[in-house]
Amino acid sequence: MTLELLEVDKLEGHTDRVWNVAWNPAAGAGVLASCSADKTVRIWEQSSLSRSWTCKAVLEGTHTRSVKSCAWSPSGKLLATASFDGNTCVWQNFATDSECISVLQGHESEVKSVSWNASGSLLATCGRDKAVWIWEIQPDNEFDCAAILTDHKGDVKMVQWHPTMNVLFSCSYDNTIKVWWSEDESDDYNCVQTLGESNNGHSSTVWVVSFNATGDRMVTCSDDRTIKIWSTDIERMQSGEGYVPWTHLCTLSGYHDRTIYSVHWSRDGIIASGAGDDTIQLFVDSDSDSVVEPAYKLLLKKEKAHEMDINSVQWAPDKDSELLASASDDKTVKIWKLASEP
Amino acid sequence: MTLGLINANPVVQAKKERLVRTQDQYRDDGVDPLDIYEYVRDIRDPEHPYTLEQLSVVSEESVTIDDELDRILITFTPTIQHCSMANIIGLCLRAKLKESLPLHYKVDIRVSPGSHADENGVNKQLNDKERVAAAMENPNLRQLVDECIYSDEI
Repeated sequence: MTLELLEVDKLEGHTDRVWNVAWNPAAGAGVLASCSADKTVRIWEQSSLSRSWTCKAVLEGTHTRSVKSCAWSPSGKLLATASFDGNTCVWQNFATDSECISVLQGHESEVKSVSWNASGSLLATCGRDKAVWIWEIQPDNEFDCAAILTDHKGDVKMVQWHPTMNVLFSCSYDNTIKVWWSEDESDDYNCVQTLGESNNGHSSTVWVVSFNATGDRMVTCSDDRTIKIWSTDIERMQSGEGYVPWTHLCTLSGYHDRTIYSVHWSRDGIIASGAGDDTIQLFVDSDSDSVVEPAYKLLLKKEKAHEMDINSVQWAPDKDSELLASASDDKTVKIWKLASEP
Repeated sequence: MTLGLINANPVVQAKKERLVRTQDQYRDDGVDPLDIYEYVRDIRDPEHPYTLEQLSVVSEESVTIDDELDRILITFTPTIQHCSMANIIGLCLRAKLKESLPLHYKVDIRVSPGSHADENGVNKQLNDKERVAAAMENPNLRQLVDECIYSDEI
């Protein structure tokens, strides 16, 4: 049985590179948002009849520069968008008339990433000003700044909340991944761990951090052309024993020969990576019986997945569809299906 | 009298005589180092009224091409070790090549080894696609870059 990544659809419409995509978590594998250097965000929907994708809405006129990142709230009702114009916008009402309900200002330069926590009560943003901001959503959909965290020594590329706990992760141009936690569950977040070269970390800019479904493993990718997998004892941390550090588990190198811009861990354990070499690659736990540290193996390599650099890969949220979305400098978004060749 | 320029006394070379290439010398497909050099040699230095060729910032030898993968490496030599215009020159090279080359080409830009005090810092910034994109969205930087790359058309 051989596995293949089949191109199911190509979404065209953006007039400049597509930086990121995000599946709506409440819509199965049916709604996708994409954001672009053309300053717009597009909402795409799959028709349940024809299975084809169409653009349902274009969110424009609000951001004045590239939109770098977009993230749906856990309920799927709100979409946050982060832009090089320094603002983060929050949108609602996509079925009727998408409306920007809030503009979060504060970063001193380009905002690179936005992430919702698991309950949807907090938003995190980060940017070239080296800061990570945490925002609390109020009952009237207003956002108050709860914390401004400034430990990173360089441009912060991405923020990502842990899937089950209010622990925040950030990765940066300073080559490190930082972990932020509030011991007493207040607004008092501190950097409780920095994963750098001395902890088997990356030797160049870290672009993305992504978690497995249970939250005991995370995968990171970098300009150093490697993918690293990290683990922690999540049960100990969840039991309230205090902070439990992450440790390096495994490094995957030699698979991509250009900067790896994105990695994403699916709910059923497959890691997808997208890079500047125009390839998408999939990795899984090798399930080896070896006593030596667990290893991950290449499941599949898709050459020339796009005509140009791949900026983002994201698995659909439901376990069954096996759909993967990719965004590229070639201005398109592609939808892929992982299928076994008969 | 210095006018506040970072390098007030650059060494200026004469422009090399341009050879007219015969049809045989053109490749059917792809680009060769001379093609790339033709795109960048006349870019004007951000500080001085001379081209990058005249200031020996770039030369034909600065270009390396991987034919099979369509990847280009271009190195440039800032006029002095502490040149703060190095990033601007790098951006000019990127902007010019982006509009001149087929879209699928991958371009890496570096300062020639040993030619700049912050070699790693400059190289890192010039090869961070997101940083370059954001810089080019800044209207002031974009204008400065445009003046340098379109100067021969003024």
